[in-house]
Amino acid sequence: MNNRTLNRVGMVVGCLLIMVWCLLPVAWIISLSFKSEASITNGNPGFLPSEGTSAGWANYQAVWDNEQFRRAIFNSIGISLIATLLSIVVATLAAYAIARLEFRGKKLVLSLSLAIAMFPVVSLVGPLFDMWRAIGLYDTWPGLIIPYMSFTLPLAIWTLSAFFREIPWEMEQAAQVDGATSWQAFRKVIVPLAAPGVFTAAILTFFFAWNDFVFGISLTSTENARPIPASLSFFVGADPFNRPASLLAAGAVIATIPIIVIVLIFQRKIVAGLTSGAVKG
Amino acid sequence: MSTVTAPAPGKRKEKAVASDRARAETRLGQKLVAPAIVLMLIVTAFPMLRAIYLSTFDYALTAPDDREFIGVGNYLTALTDPLFWKTTGITVLYMVVTVAIELVIGFIFAMVMHRVIFARGVIRTSILIPYGIITVVSGFAWQFAFSFQNGFVNSWLPFIGDDFNWFGEQTPAVIAIMVSEIWKTTPFMSLLLLAGLAQVSEDMIEAAKVDGATWMQRLTRVILPNMRAAIMVAVLFRALDAYRIFDNIFVMTAGAVNTESISFLTYRQTIEQFQLGMGSALSVLLFLSVLLVAWLIVKIFRVDLAQARQEA
Repeated sequence: MNNRTLNRVGMVVGCLLIMVWCLLPVAWIISLSFKSEASITNGNPGFLPSEGTSAGWANYQAVWDNEQFRRAIFNSIGISLIATLLSIVVATLAAYAIARLEFRGKKLVLSLSLAIAMFPVVSLVGPLFDMWRAIGLYDTWPGLIIPYMSFTLPLAIWTLSAFFREIPWEMEQAAQVDGATSWQAFRKVIVPLAAPGVFTAAILTFFFAWNDFVFGISLTSTENARPIPASLSFFVGADPFNRPASLLAAGAVIATIPIIVIVLIFQRKIVAGLTSGAVKG
Repeated sequence: MSTVTAPAPGKRKEKAVASDRARAETRLGQKLVAPAIVLMLIVTAFPMLRAIYLSTFDYALTAPDDREFIGVGNYLTALTDPLFWKTTGITVLYMVVTVAIELVIGFIFAMVMHRVIFARGVIRTSILIPYGIITVVSGFAWQFAFSFQNGFVNSWLPFIGDDFNWFGEQTPAVIAIMVSEIWKTTPFMSLLLLAGLAQVSEDMIEAAKVDGATWMQRLTRVILPNMRAAIMVAVLFRALDAYRIFDNIFVMTAGAVNTESISFLTYRQTIEQFQLGMGSALSVLLFLSVLLVAWLIVKIFRVDLAQARQEA
């Protein structure tokens, strides 16, 4: 009895710790975004804005009125969504083959995706810059979507094939015994079972694309395709040690809203994905 | 590692008997995998070959006509420059410290998330937020938090003066960068570990409990050995990611006060100083060192896990 109470208390403390850990910096940047710009220049230390330095919505207004910032948000949403969708389709096919089928070249796929996952992105930036300019992909959406797909595939393939190995494959064999082809067994039996895993992989993929910074700063030059992380970092001004902190914070909060929305939408799926992954067939 | 565990025992026999089916399976397998291979090669193979080619030249974009073949000259210059080794040392430090701390905290988080019966949605939503947040935003948030002008860290920490400048010298600046990196990526670690934890059979843990195993024994002899695949994937991905640390440094210090990582050095050579030859050589060295790190991790984990298994 005593032990159980202790356990419960431990759990509550653990949960609170997780939430403080995760949300404190978010609360901080929200609080910072309400400090007035003038007070930031003079120095306005402390977690909350000090007396009389709250800016209300002025910082948000200023950021939202910035045309380049709005374009960057739009670019990031579009590019990340398209890259995620395409990457997950391609990765699902490959992960199924890896988890389930015996074929020549499987080792090659695994080593290749491992090599790509390890690949230092920075080392590609120079040559890709040249290549994209030569074929007209520089500073366009596809110019970012293609590298995002390539670099999210390994993680998606790994995550998905790990999920696929946990699926009760007897059901696939049962379908095949009943006369289904390999393809039918894949589409009609496995896809519904694998869907939770696919959603998890989609979250990982989307966040990778949304997060990317190196490609974003080097393969774009205008608001045509510049994603939000690159745009925020160019918001800096001349002196990197004296940035318009509260404006940047407001921009950062706006850039975080889509993430929170997507987390809220996908959160149920990932819960289902992780718990159903635990139930072995 | 993944190929060894995959095939079901019945599969082999079936393959020997029905070779038609095996051939069809191979065809299907290759067809399903082809798009992924093509995509991954487009963006990496050609640029990488080009990087190797360019690395043999003394070549700056500012003076393209002075391009000159120098063989391994760039590599020799880089490898004999103390800056390269200093940068590599800092990069390894970032990697080892952040991954070690993340592994511990991430595992605790995963245990809590696995066990918790209330507010699961809220917990999982909050854990996904740092993971989803842009690294650049995390970098800004922590830079401003550590700032003595507008931050709160100095006033919250008891042993630190209110006007202490975290970004004035190497050690505190490195700590600040690590804090941002750890905060941002621990959720990734804990989600991967949670997936591994979910695969450990409850029956086995229950059986160990019945047999009188303590909590510590259950953890080290049942839970950890059974989620070795998940731990390996998590550590491998995170370590290689940490080794390539770039965004946080770019945002928080721009490489000042010796906080520069090997990725940042490469970026600076290629993009800021237009030294395409030297930058390419650094790119190749960066890639090779990443390979070495990956090899070491795989190696270390195999040894450890074999031992853990023998014990169990």
